Amino acid sequence: MLKDKDRIFTNIYGLGDTSLKAAKTRGDWSRTKAIMAKGREKIIAEIKDSGLRGRGGAGFGTGMKWSFMPKEPSVRPHYLVINADEGEPGTCKDREILRNEPHKLIEGALLASFAMGANTAYCYVRGEFFRETEALQRAVDEAYAAGLIGEDACKSGYKFDFYIHRGMGAYICGEESALIESLEGKKGQPRMKPPFPANCGLYGCPTTVNNVESIAVASTILRRGAAWFAGIGKPNNTGTKLFNISGHVNNPCTVEEEMGVPLKELIEKHAGGVRGGWDNLKAVIPGGSSVPVVPKSQCNTLCMDFDSCREVRSGLGTAAVIVMDQSTDIVAAIARLSRFYMHESCGQCTPCREGTGWMSRMMQRLVQGNASVAEIDLLEEVTRQVEGHTICALGDAAAWPIQGLIRHFRPEIEQRIADRQSSGETAAA
Amino acid sequence: MPKLTIDGIEIEVEPGLTVLQACEQAGIEIPRFCFHERLSIAGNCRMCLVHMERAPKPIASCAMPVGEGMVISTDTPEVRKMRKGVMEFLLINHPLDCPICDQGGECDLQDQAMGYGGDRSRYQENKRAVKDKDLGPLIKTIMTRCIHCTRCIRFATEIAGVQEMGATGRGENMEVGTYVEKALTSELSGNMIDLCPVGALTSKPYAFTARSWELVKTESIDVLDAVGSNIRVDTRGAEVMRILPRLHEDVNEEWISDKTRFACDGLKRQRLDQPYVKRDGKLSPATWDEAFAAIAERLKGVDGKKVAALAGDLADCEAMMALKDLMAAIGSPHIDCRQDGAKLDPAARAGYLFNTTIAGIEHADACLLIGTNPRLEAPVLNARLRKRFLMGKFPIAAVGPHQDLTYDYDHLGDGVEILKSIANGRHDFAKVLKSAGKAMLILGQGALARRDGAEILGLAREIAESRGMINDKIGWNGFNVLHTAAARVGGMDLGFVPGNGGRDTEAIVAGAGDGAIDVLYLLGADEIDMAGLGEAFVIYQGHHGDAGAHRADVILPGAAYTEKNATYVNTEGRVQRTRLAAFPPGEAREDWTIIRALSAVLGHTLAFDDARMLRARMVGANSAFIKVDGITPATWKPFGRNGETGTSALTSPINNFYMTDPISRASETMARCSDVRLGAKKDKTGTDG
Repeated sequence: MLKDKDRIFTNIYGLGDTSLKAAKTRGDWSRTKAIMAKGREKIIAEIKDSGLRGRGGAGFGTGMKWSFMPKEPSVRPHYLVINADEGEPGTCKDREILRNEPHKLIEGALLASFAMGANTAYCYVRGEFFRETEALQRAVDEAYAAGLIGEDACKSGYKFDFYIHRGMGAYICGEESALIESLEGKKGQPRMKPPFPANCGLYGCPTTVNNVESIAVASTILRRGAAWFAGIGKPNNTGTKLFNISGHVNNPCTVEEEMGVPLKELIEKHAGGVRGGWDNLKAVIPGGSSVPVVPKSQCNTLCMDFDSCREVRSGLGTAAVIVMDQSTDIVAAIARLSRFYMHESCGQCTPCREGTGWMSRMMQRLVQGNASVAEIDLLEEVTRQVEGHTICALGDAAAWPIQGLIRHFRPEIEQRIADRQSSGETAAA
Repeated sequence: MPKLTIDGIEIEVEPGLTVLQACEQAGIEIPRFCFHERLSIAGNCRMCLVHMERAPKPIASCAMPVGEGMVISTDTPEVRKMRKGVMEFLLINHPLDCPICDQGGECDLQDQAMGYGGDRSRYQENKRAVKDKDLGPLIKTIMTRCIHCTRCIRFATEIAGVQEMGATGRGENMEVGTYVEKALTSELSGNMIDLCPVGALTSKPYAFTARSWELVKTESIDVLDAVGSNIRVDTRGAEVMRILPRLHEDVNEEWISDKTRFACDGLKRQRLDQPYVKRDGKLSPATWDEAFAAIAERLKGVDGKKVAALAGDLADCEAMMALKDLMAAIGSPHIDCRQDGAKLDPAARAGYLFNTTIAGIEHADACLLIGTNPRLEAPVLNARLRKRFLMGKFPIAAVGPHQDLTYDYDHLGDGVEILKSIANGRHDFAKVLKSAGKAMLILGQGALARRDGAEILGLAREIAESRGMINDKIGWNGFNVLHTAAARVGGMDLGFVPGNGGRDTEAIVAGAGDGAIDVLYLLGADEIDMAGLGEAFVIYQGHHGDAGAHRADVILPGAAYTEKNATYVNTEGRVQRTRLAAFPPGEAREDWTIIRALSAVLGHTLAFDDARMLRARMVGANSAFIKVDGITPATWKPFGRNGETGTSALTSPINNFYMTDPISRASETMARCSDVRLGAKKDKTGTDG
């Protein structure tokens, strides 16, 4: 269990003041200039050594991502784009950072931008986060007024500007290239890769898109050292992470824990346990709506890190743990997620545009049992036809929950079909 | 050059190509819907997925640039399965109404479904239905058929330069259309019909009239503007059903203007299908013999100096050659092919050609437009200017009309005095032209068809010479005249201009008015002041009952451009030939044969018996006619005149793009377009039309 002294987000619950002054007493903005004095290479190396993996869901090495930016400055400016379009169902970690720890984000943005040679950072905040935007803007204004960012950021001689852009509530704009499109004022649709943003991103310039949490932890990592961060958690899955526990638990919460914490411990220690006791657990979606569901049998021993989750053919994702007890209609739950993906598909590429609708409609029939057993295999096949064939990962995200459902709860679906057939109603042709 | 392996074939390709193009070079066709060579890459149909070694996921070959050592497989069971999957997705919400779809038989979706589609649907949900959009009188939409490839959107935005098409909604509810329902304002919109891989956008005038396999296809040339777009004429029996573009990289790439495409219904209306002779002040049907006799009768004893001839905008070179020779035999020097009165100088070929060539626009690095609106005068050429503009670093300025040309330009004004200050280097833009290595200017007919046309022509030559547009060292000639009539350059090349002591158009019309000209032969010339022809005896040879036929005393029915094998020279000086796709209606005949037959009746039998001999005669008149589909570069010579210029504003000769010649004026479709675009409907009463 994470010790209090290793906690990065000490004001995540907003119990303390969020002003610059209070943030400074918690250690933010201390020795920032000294860290910058180490130089770009050192900072990137430090982040690489810390083993920090992107907190937005895919878990790509943050230091590695930063190192993809061109080393030599050219005529094209570099940009840092912070993805605060937190739309993944179940996830609510970034909003806490925006609300209560905005200075960690701004300081991290300065250091990350400096490391990548960017003089400008854009923070794309989900449109619904109205108060969060206000809180972040307040902190940005404070930082400008105190000279921490601006023409001469932290008196380092480095120019750094931080802009907030509010989204309009499309889930797809959380995908990095769609976010860039949206930031440019276009319709939020993912771009083809290659070219990758590090080469040709915002306005055709080298761009790195990072999650809020990845950036917000960077300043503390650089202050306390890579070794400290790497010493927490497990190899290849280091450091601390914000977990959001929601659903059928007694005390839904957001909590910072070390990577690799056992799921059972996470739920019981922090969330007050599953409603009706651990044995009442049916399944858990460990990382936000787009990862496959994990049945209770696997939950007993599941550790919450990227690699362990992958071993049970699920994913850590954004570490938004959705807990479902025995009262859950699991088919209806996944059908609801399917509908979400149908609604949020951007419509650009064929498999996702057509596939999400097909999957969602079949799922809705399966909830009623209004199908034939063979259609479960058809549904599975449709998910395979979508998976990996789309421009962005939304197609995968729509396919995986259904695959997880069929993998673990097929008997339940079949039972429902059998029940309906025996009750005299015929399956829809 | 990167080397890659495609299905075991090692191939070396140019860097910068995509995997899909590399596959094509290796002789492997990759199915695709959204990819198009001339549009930006969208990568959204996912039909072109292939397997690449060491890639975690299949790649969209249309968007993946080639790399050294790539190993691509395009025909594995997995790849076939992916394509079948994508095809299934495309078809689940497609109405499958091929039997009533105009695209049937030439539909990419249909063709590829033969290869990758299932024999029955596994989709049991309700299909999507999408409301059709109204895109104006040219494009019919059945949006339920749309597969969202976005080719039309990309064409409108990139090539046509009108930001009018787009996708609204997302996911399944994404719909392609104009944001607010209105007709497209592009003169190139018809190309979207060709680009649409399914039957979502089809031709409105052609709807339900024919099936593609019933049509006879004839490769020909368009004559409704001076670009000489390469076209394919599709006929069923004697009827021209539709006109489609044909690829010619140096002329029209694969685009044609809406007039080229849709004016063909004008070929069926207002046609002159038999000779007419005016008897007792009324035109009445006659035989060829009667018509020729009437002409011979009227010409008897008339001095050759009192006979004149004008060639119109659609006249072909063979007919002009024949008429020129006939007039010479009669002894008349009064011939002119410049019916708009443009002060083109026949002595210097470089002075009336688009010397840079259309493809050459892509190499220019600054441009001055003088008295022209290329968007209306030559939409396809304008698309080339826009293409060059999009490449960047191409400053454009215009002296003349201030209209939306689909690209940014500096409007310097519309007065002739601006040209003077550019010529003497005082104007700011003069410096831009001077500093450019390959500057060009485009001189429109609006600047030439006026009293001071010759002086403006001289000014333009001065600008070209003083701003370094003529550079023999690098073979650059930036002086360009943009014609609006397909016949003009051919007429100039053949010398269909006043001979010694001959009258030009203005003087011919004036002479007819005051009795100095007794007989006027109009070869398809309709754009002159017919009311001013006085008592003159007018012979009209042409294919449409337009202004000239109404004034005529004898009408000789000729053939339209789809009905003859005829030579035209486009604005660049490119010699091209139309092909007979349908026979002329009724008694109408190919134009040069009419003149040849008439010459015999008049006792001046012309010295050629067939087209081959006539063409040899044309080559004798101008060696440029040797090379069909070739351009003979013109040598730079002085032309134009120094002198006083007028003060009136420079304008474009075309106000209504859809009605510029007898064919488009007879076209119902073009009438509908001009109603929609120019709002003419407002003034019409209920009994009108």
